[in-house]
Amino acid sequence: MQPLEGYRVLDFGSAWAGPMAAQLLADMGAEVIKVESRARMDGLRLGRPIVGDDVAGGDRGLWPDLQPAFHGFNRNKLSITVNLKHPEGVALIKRLVPMADVVTNNFAPGVMERLGLGYEELRAIRRDIIVVSMPAAGESGPLKDIIAYATIIHALSGLMSMVGYEGEPLVGQLQAAWSDALAAMHAAVATATALYHRRRTGEGQYIEVSQWEATTSMLGEAIMDYAMNGRVAGPMGNYHPMMAPHNNYPCRGDDRWVSIAVASEEEWQAFCRALGDPEWARDTKFADAFQRQRNRAELDARIAEWTCQHDAHEVTEFLQGAGVAAMTVMNIEDQFLDPHFRERGFHVEVEHPKVGLEWLYGQPWLLSDTPGSVRRHAPLLGEHNEYVFRQLLEIPAEEYERLVKEQALY
Amino acid sequence: MSRMALEGVKVIEWGEYVSAPFCARTLADMGADVLKVEHPRGDRSRRHGPFPGDVPHREQSGLYLALNANKRGITLNPSKATGRAILLRLLESADVLVEDQGASFVDGLGLDYVSLKERFPRLIVASLTPYGRTGPYRDYKGHDLSANAAGGISFGNGTPQREPLVVPAAQVSFMAGLGAALATVMALVAREATGRGQLVDVAEAQVVGVLLTGYHLPTYIYKGIPGYRAGNRFRLGLYPNCVLPCKDGYVCINCPQMEQYQRFLALLGNPEWTNNPRYRDRRAMTEQYPDEAEGLIIPWFMEHTKEEIFALCREHRIPCVPVQTIQEVVHDEHLASRSYFQELGHPDAGRLTYPGPPYRFSATPWGLRLPAPTLGQHNREVLCDLLGYIPDDLPRLRAAGVI
Repeated sequence: MQPLEGYRVLDFGSAWAGPMAAQLLADMGAEVIKVESRARMDGLRLGRPIVGDDVAGGDRGLWPDLQPAFHGFNRNKLSITVNLKHPEGVALIKRLVPMADVVTNNFAPGVMERLGLGYEELRAIRRDIIVVSMPAAGESGPLKDIIAYATIIHALSGLMSMVGYEGEPLVGQLQAAWSDALAAMHAAVATATALYHRRRTGEGQYIEVSQWEATTSMLGEAIMDYAMNGRVAGPMGNYHPMMAPHNNYPCRGDDRWVSIAVASEEEWQAFCRALGDPEWARDTKFADAFQRQRNRAELDARIAEWTCQHDAHEVTEFLQGAGVAAMTVMNIEDQFLDPHFRERGFHVEVEHPKVGLEWLYGQPWLLSDTPGSVRRHAPLLGEHNEYVFRQLLEIPAEEYERLVKEQALY
Repeated sequence: MSRMALEGVKVIEWGEYVSAPFCARTLADMGADVLKVEHPRGDRSRRHGPFPGDVPHREQSGLYLALNANKRGITLNPSKATGRAILLRLLESADVLVEDQGASFVDGLGLDYVSLKERFPRLIVASLTPYGRTGPYRDYKGHDLSANAAGGISFGNGTPQREPLVVPAAQVSFMAGLGAALATVMALVAREATGRGQLVDVAEAQVVGVLLTGYHLPTYIYKGIPGYRAGNRFRLGLYPNCVLPCKDGYVCINCPQMEQYQRFLALLGNPEWTNNPRYRDRRAMTEQYPDEAEGLIIPWFMEHTKEEIFALCREHRIPCVPVQTIQEVVHDEHLASRSYFQELGHPDAGRLTYPGPPYRFSATPWGLRLPAPTLGQHNREVLCDLLGYIPDDLPRLRAAGVI
């Protein structure tokens, strides 16, 4: 049994935030039907294919089933291709709505309404439907139509203004689509909560997730500092007001690092003992947390002299054995090969009809009684048209053929 | 006021700092009744700040205030037998326990999941730890820094050759708390069908690890690239996708579509260099000579302010925006038109601006209802009114270090 078994979701998402939100529901057992079309492919179906090197063709959509990023965020889903520009396309969707519990999208504001699939219309078909929209900047306000990707949202939200080394020019980038994942998780928790509410009261509802607001909502510390002191937070590197040492230190090898965080006097003593009680550590400059914080540049240099002689994994094991919070700064290869993460199913292998065995990420949280799972590969484009239209909607063969021929199903 | 979505759901939070409190806060914002069980020395976030005028005060730490609004709070030390007994009594009527105490610690107190399950079969236990409750690192120590490291997010953050950076403002711990809230609500939904509670095992490193799954995992598996830092730019992809300085700050530009890039070049007046074949391959410009390529456009940005650049780029539909400072975010007109920020009074800290809702429900409101509890604020209410202690018991419990 899985938490969302028996619930059905229509997913109009594209790119990352929308599809990932629906995928988090799919992992928990919901039947998610991804609505796509050759006329409007999910952007993640475009680009350099996994197999072969036809980048130009990939960019034109010739390899929709061979995109690795797409596979991660669309596993466990079914795919139908409905041409929403065809006069019968929207009508077909409306026939599915009575069987759907949730409809998700990350279109720009107003797109669903213009298609005739706005909340009021869907609600008229199914009174307790839950509709989730995830526009980048929300559905109102002067910037509601802004063209936004993750980095653009990072910039607007305030998060980006704090990324960098202490007291230096901004670095800014995170090399990861932070706001997409964040918005997806926010949308998924809101949806699950709305389903819980519906189960108890019978009431459906509309949920708006502004990806920008979702990102800003977690910056309380900096916002409070501004509210209290008028101070504008800037890059702080790995500085932490309550811990020193607290940094990533170089280790033996190319671009290898270990994180070390010392939270108490007891841990500091343990750390010094582990290093063999070096002379420098007895200096009054490092006598207490306040002094260590004040002299942290020198402290970090001292520690680096020691760490750079050792392997990052060895430092981790050695210091953890002494009761100090050390951890290898892992890259994806470290994570992938790590015995701890392997045991916890961080990555899972899935059979894909066109790629063969491939690795995807596993469940980020483990539920003991009703765990999520990766049950099926990301769907091929239109793979489930027959199941959805012939079996679920019971459309006769002849009419189905006509819809395909006329490119309503395309 | 309409009914809130999690109204009637009782949550006990036994956690501190960021991740467990943010998990419980997320549930509280949607209506759950959250009781924070705090060690008598106080949640460490009370000492974190920021403080008004930088003067430390346990009731005025901004991080604590932001993370613990909408909760009630008591002091309790479950390491003491009486403290443990009180915690167990509170769990009798609870739906969810959110805790971050670590597997070996709760095991040592006899509060391991198997024991809890036996006594409270409907209880959902959300456990937040840096690396999770199983596996070789289950007893490893860790903090936000360590979860950044193991989660793989630090490695890509920063300048090549220099030390990798954490995501600022403890955001990895916030994201872990959010993931835990999501998993907890899933467990609540499941309980409606099964009647059973369960253990929700959240490894903070693993939650943030999802960020590496879109591109980093396949880039490693299919191209053998294990990771990289690229400073102010995205290392893979199409030029320009970077953060650049301008006259009065920074801007962020990202033009994945050719038309966007062409509109950008038109805005620059289609300069001469655009005819050079070296500057026509946008992938090579990002991946092979990004410094040189960025050097071509930085002069134009340096001549203009953030506001001028933003206005021009909006007019020409180019995805390029100011890197907003926190001050600019708080005063942002777009957010103001949506009444995003909220104000809330607190007996010690006064009236302050808080971040607003991450989502808006049409039927079940999100609400900032209560300021964060002062240390032990609800001791009497909970211990006397609910558990039947008499007010004279409280000094004794305090003296014994229980509350």
